[in-house]
Amino acid sequence: MLDARTLQQLTDIVGADNIATGAQDLICYGYDATQMEFLPDAVVHPESAEQVSRILQLANKENVPVFPRGAGSGFTGGALPKGGGVVLVTTRMNRILRIDTDNLVAEVEPGVVTETFQMAVEKLGLFYPPDPASLKFSTLGGNVAECAGGPRAVKYGVTKDFVMGLEVVLPTGAIIRTGGETVKGVVGYDLTKLLCGSEGTLGIITKIIFKLLPYPDSKKTMLTVFDSIDGAARAVSTIIKNKIIPTTLEFMDHATLTCVERRFNLGMPESARAVLLIEVDGDRDLIEKQAGQIHKLIEPLGLVQFRVAKDAAESEELWRVRRLVSPSLRDVNPDKFNEDIVVPRSKVPDVIRRIEVIQKRYDIPIVNFGHAGDGNIHVNIMIDKSVPGQLEKAHEAIKEVFQAALDLGGTMSGEHGVGLAKQPYIPLELNADQITAMKAIKAALDPNNILNPGKMLP
Amino acid sequence: MTKKQTDPLERVAQEMKKCVKCGACRANCPAFGTFQREPATARGKVALAQHLVKGDITLDDGTYSAMSKCLLCGSCVDKCPNQVPTDEIVIAAREALAQRRGLTTFHKAVGQVIKNRKLMNFGALAAAVLGPVFFRKIPSTSGLRLRFPMPFLGGSRHVPQIAKKPFMKRHPEIIKGEPGKPTIVFFVGCMTNFVYTEIGEATLALFRHLGCTVIIPQGQQCCGLPGMSGGDLETVRELAEQNLAAIEKHEADYVMTACATCGGALHKLYPLVIGKRNPELKARLQAVADKTVDAAVLLQKLGLHPEETGTGQRMRVTYHDPCHHRTAGIAKQPRTLLTQTPGLELIEMDGADRCCGLGGTFNVYHYESSLDINAGKSKAIIDTGADAVVTGCPGCIMQLSDGLKQAGDKTRVLHTVELLARKIRR
Repeated sequence: MLDARTLQQLTDIVGADNIATGAQDLICYGYDATQMEFLPDAVVHPESAEQVSRILQLANKENVPVFPRGAGSGFTGGALPKGGGVVLVTTRMNRILRIDTDNLVAEVEPGVVTETFQMAVEKLGLFYPPDPASLKFSTLGGNVAECAGGPRAVKYGVTKDFVMGLEVVLPTGAIIRTGGETVKGVVGYDLTKLLCGSEGTLGIITKIIFKLLPYPDSKKTMLTVFDSIDGAARAVSTIIKNKIIPTTLEFMDHATLTCVERRFNLGMPESARAVLLIEVDGDRDLIEKQAGQIHKLIEPLGLVQFRVAKDAAESEELWRVRRLVSPSLRDVNPDKFNEDIVVPRSKVPDVIRRIEVIQKRYDIPIVNFGHAGDGNIHVNIMIDKSVPGQLEKAHEAIKEVFQAALDLGGTMSGEHGVGLAKQPYIPLELNADQITAMKAIKAALDPNNILNPGKMLP
Repeated sequence: MTKKQTDPLERVAQEMKKCVKCGACRANCPAFGTFQREPATARGKVALAQHLVKGDITLDDGTYSAMSKCLLCGSCVDKCPNQVPTDEIVIAAREALAQRRGLTTFHKAVGQVIKNRKLMNFGALAAAVLGPVFFRKIPSTSGLRLRFPMPFLGGSRHVPQIAKKPFMKRHPEIIKGEPGKPTIVFFVGCMTNFVYTEIGEATLALFRHLGCTVIIPQGQQCCGLPGMSGGDLETVRELAEQNLAAIEKHEADYVMTACATCGGALHKLYPLVIGKRNPELKARLQAVADKTVDAAVLLQKLGLHPEETGTGQRMRVTYHDPCHHRTAGIAKQPRTLLTQTPGLELIEMDGADRCCGLGGTFNVYHYESSLDINAGKSKAIIDTGADAVVTGCPGCIMQLSDGLKQAGDKTRVLHTVELLARKIRR
């Protein structure tokens, strides 16, 4: 619990309008997309790096945990105030400070909503490719802290590949800059990369310098249907082996198609066992040629349908199939664990087969879809928590799914992070030496363990 | 908290479970857009409702304040991956609040007024006679409707002038059409009856032009939505019953509204909200809901030839989608009618389907925020350079007019039927 004096000091730092302690605010800043809930003691909305710095200094002095938070749309509980303390919301720092069209960089505050930033740069003919599914509401600070991914990662990479520099308030309150605006730079440790994906445990991001690209001329969307998951997976490797890197290679397995079809009746062919949504972008002539090449390359792999969008409206229609996945999943069961394992892309069919075995063994539905181009699969374990025993079964199944990904040379999280949800499974992936090294970094930067304590590392 | 106090919420407890707190509602909620605090989001309100049911928070000022920050526009429901009916949950929470704390003085007054047509008629007469004496008139040459500022409602708000004679007092109950043509029950709505009577006249003219028999049931009352905003479900039920009785008295092919809000009440909210609470009324409410249709949709269905309408004079218009149209899937029909009308050019604004900020009594309780939401709308309208903004809801017309006035803009605000009936009424 915060004592009255600390609360007053916090109020002095951020102003009375930017602090809340009412039950309603505490409840509403105690959840995220994990369905877990922990109540903080206070919620603050700082407006500058200086305020963030003063909050952290006070937190160190009074030994109060601080939990940084953007839109609270995380899937692993990274921003949840477990154990109580202060939730620090960055959404009042939401200015796009500049977009430099000469050097193709932009500087933003962490509370800018991802799509708002994308639209602002696109107006200038520029491109910020990272596109997490939450882009309409998640914030850039949260994207950097969690190193968000998205469907375009296969060609363009993830958030960290676009972060050139940061302004960060370290857990002790020091304000530092990392990286910079130059393409090259090798002085000192690369703290920028260390902070990307650090899940708010090493510092609070107060400014971000992003790299931008020219906006691609045009794009082409193709919906391809296969009679087997192997065909779809082989299509992915065949396309890439033939030196075409699509922007997007999204896949849906048979269970996913069944869900979507049952709810929305899209008229998929009877023999459909897997769908690949392929998008290429770039020069108009080039993408026409690539679309033709792709068709020819994947034709022998059990292709049962190939649809190309003629225009933006048709493209949106093809994407609709993918967007309908989420709303149709709940028809299977009311509760879902959405895991985001990654395997080398050639191993996608192997991991799907292993998941099928796990599904049969535990007798709970598992639905797979995701980003086949980079091997990142969303494994959705669908249960009904009100049925006794299902929750325990789900946890066992999740553990086996992670093990399957690791056995195949993969990782247990591609874009959601560890937070609280995956913390128990960390020793499956990281050995004691790795964990010790990471803990040493945390201890060096946050000696009093006040910043987002209890997260990520066990 | 006793069981009775959370009863309305327990009715929707299963629906609350659908919310996974993903945050998608942050992108679409106009209330969150202006308050920028999590308790104003749809998921925030669902979380609070869940805690109310659990009993670990009470229906205190904080909860009241959070639940008041909703326009019931339904955009969260539209865009929610799990289709969580937050609007229904908020209505239930407001009902629970009203049961626990009693209605606010304002909502008590609203209930008294909307329940009492005689009082409304009298009030309207008084306002029509006295209004111009007390309040400033905007010169008609300004292109704006007549308005008077209402200082007691906040600053420089402009609300429209009350009509000297309500629409329903000008017409008999049954206006016979040609044999073999459809019979239509016209549910007029308060705004059209007392304020924007020209909308009623235009609607009547159009359906008479098509040869329809138009019935204006004299027993009809307010649809009750202002009561629903405040959690006064008892008043809404009373009004729903009276409206049912008035409508059922006549054999008709359609029940027609020229007000998106009334349409939303009859078509969706009566069966959903009142029906759920009063199973004995459910089938009757549903039967009326099934017959209920918006004027623009019906005009298109009955084959109105837009070439016969409009004056042919060139006019550039932009169209605002009322929330109660958007949630009923009404968007194309009015646009088609407008674009087919000679002389009219339709220019789409940014965010045509975003709420104008009225939200029933939200506009009274959170006037500044309501204006803040409306400011984006006004800008989008002005940016189109259109001569007029057209819509299908008298409530939106009032809010859009106020917003444009505040922005110092002279774009006219019209109902779709007004444009369509111009030639016919000449």
